[in-house]
Amino acid sequence: MTRLSVKKTYKLYIGGAFPRSESGRTFDAAGQNVARASRKDARDAVRAARAALPGWAAMTAYNRGQVLYRLAEMMEARAADLEAACSGRSEVEAAIDRTVWYAGWADKLAQVLGSSNPVAGPYFDFTIPEPTGVVAILAPSDPPLLGLVSRTLPALVGGNTVVVVAGESAAIAAVELAEALATSDFPGGSVNVLTGFADELAPWLAGHMDVNAVDVTGVEGPTVELERAAAENVKRVIRADADSQSPWEISRFLELKTVWHPIGP
Amino acid sequence: MAQVEKRVSNLPATFEWEYAPAPEARDIVQIREQYGLFIGGEEVEPRTKEWFPSISPATEEPLFEVALAGEEDVALAVDTARNAFENGWSELAPSERAKYLFRVARLIQERSRELAVAESLDGGKPIRESRDVDIPLAAAHFFYYAGWADKLEYAFPNRTPRPLGVAAQIIPWNFPLLMLSWKIAPALACGNTVVLKPAETTPLTAMIFADICRQAELPPGVVNLVTGDGTTGAHLVRNDGIDKLAFTGSTEVGKLIMRELAGRNVKLTLELGGKAANVVFDDAALDQAVEGIVNGIYFNQGHVCCAGSRLLVQESIYEPLLEKLKRRLSTLRVGDPLDKNTDVGAINSKAQLEKIRELVASGEEEGAEIYQPKCDLPERGYWFVPTLFTNVAQSYRIAQEEIFGPVLSVLTFRTPDEAVEKANNTPYGLSAGVWTEKGSRILWMAQRLRAGVVWANTYNRFDPTSPFGGYRESGFGREGGRHGLEPYLRFDE
Repeated sequence: MTRLSVKKTYKLYIGGAFPRSESGRTFDAAGQNVARASRKDARDAVRAARAALPGWAAMTAYNRGQVLYRLAEMMEARAADLEAACSGRSEVEAAIDRTVWYAGWADKLAQVLGSSNPVAGPYFDFTIPEPTGVVAILAPSDPPLLGLVSRTLPALVGGNTVVVVAGESAAIAAVELAEALATSDFPGGSVNVLTGFADELAPWLAGHMDVNAVDVTGVEGPTVELERAAAENVKRVIRADADSQSPWEISRFLELKTVWHPIGP
Repeated sequence: MAQVEKRVSNLPATFEWEYAPAPEARDIVQIREQYGLFIGGEEVEPRTKEWFPSISPATEEPLFEVALAGEEDVALAVDTARNAFENGWSELAPSERAKYLFRVARLIQERSRELAVAESLDGGKPIRESRDVDIPLAAAHFFYYAGWADKLEYAFPNRTPRPLGVAAQIIPWNFPLLMLSWKIAPALACGNTVVLKPAETTPLTAMIFADICRQAELPPGVVNLVTGDGTTGAHLVRNDGIDKLAFTGSTEVGKLIMRELAGRNVKLTLELGGKAANVVFDDAALDQAVEGIVNGIYFNQGHVCCAGSRLLVQESIYEPLLEKLKRRLSTLRVGDPLDKNTDVGAINSKAQLEKIRELVASGEEEGAEIYQPKCDLPERGYWFVPTLFTNVAQSYRIAQEEIFGPVLSVLTFRTPDEAVEKANNTPYGLSAGVWTEKGSRILWMAQRLRAGVVWANTYNRFDPTSPFGGYRESGFGREGGRHGLEPYLRFDE
């Protein structure tokens, strides 16, 4: 007699846990019932991200780099599941390699993006990059897995905490990625993954007063209304390529802090 | 049991003495009756046919008339800048661009006395500040960015920097020539052309700068200046020929600009308001801290976006610090901006004076205790006595809103954690100050203060090599340093 397999429930990833949508809604993605996040789920995710920010941002860069590297390890272990959720083997390999690449940036950012400033006076003056804070990412659907990785990791490696909304057709990839994230030593809440209808959730995140930056790369069509909503608390609005890999992608999610101190005997 | 001695002041009383007037000669500036717009290297009359007066805030006398640029004038300036960008400036060898900027820096240095007097006359700031801070820093900015013009590829490893095109720039009235320099120097160094709108109340040094552009033989149309009020600024923001907008001003207007530019392909940087905390720990060098507090809030009449307008004092030193601070306040000399002994000049405009009065009245109504030293103010002109409020709750308007005047709100804290919590408790994040002799605490505080600039054991220092700009609702983008180039470039990758 053949064994009956145990099927997976496709859920949200908020605050390190896998809840269903509080709304009880699901939608059909590639034949699966996937949780359809509500605006309340989005708010819960922002709250989890805000709570996780001090811890994640204060972690040493070495440590953050290791957590990202651990994600690559977990993705490698789940390569078969990830492969089924995207365009195939080569996209998974590219996503894993990109994760390793970003992991290595954690402890180099300050040296490449920061500076010591030779001011005309007896002061020591330096500039360091710091995370912007809570980042909402409206991730591209295509490429499904690589798009999620390419937008989420640059924000995370710099010390931001993230609420990422997967595109509808990337929902399965998002859930698979969330399960890899959950087993990678990311503190609960540092990265939150929502599946559902992005156009339904985007206005709430763009207008949320406790979100510091919004990445609209995955938005198809005009972003005028989202940008107007973002102005309410002077959010950083980020628009990039769906499939890019660069330290400058990390710097979009960073602030620069300049510190002065007098020099004297 | 030891006798607790009642605390008595051992500070000597301050002297009551008169200073002889030490006015800076005013005749070094030849102010004309009227200044037109500076477009295409020439002075042109506004299509609006409208002019408005620029008032000396120290005497209320009209100094000159300046053109009010309307929609057509702004469009002409943008088209002229576009033409200059496409026909010459963007193809010019970067090393030649650099030399133009070096020329400008030198000319500002040569004409520094004239510019300093003009700045103080038109804007009301003490000559000591315009002479020693504004104008030297303006020249230094051009000198610094001049050197970058032909080295941009070294600033951005593995990227190919390109100019954006026409940069529209809107500047405030608190540091007129310095803000012009912060805007124009990096824009030109990166190969852009510029349309800049000086502030309504302080156009004079910009008009002198137009003459400096001519003297430097800067190609016509590379720098264009459109004077006017908020409507002129709105025309510039709405013009669809601009590639870049840089704005320094209030958070309120910054948000309007963000909304206006939504969906448009215009690179935006905003340097907005602030409500900075200046945090003094009980181990700080108190006399130095007092000087830093005074410099933090009374410098430039408090018309400084990064002013240390909230003083956070550790409870154990509250009394001795306040005593020293009040005593120091009584020695500040308020009056004629052109007098070399003046510490605090005139409030920039009547409107600003009314805003300060309104907020100060709200502080008294909400229950804060006001302290103002005895002070003789001139009969004419716009003046406000250096003021401090004690007994201030965090929720008071004077602890939340930017006053942009010589008004300090004093709050207290017990622990470093509480200091951080209170310091960060505004929507702003431009700057902060920390005073302590403990090195590890300075760095601990610097890490936790959500602000773009942290001054430790100093305050209100600026330098062209040092990036400046805000977190959160204080805006985004940096001015100064290598980082100050990025807002004026796009990248072919």
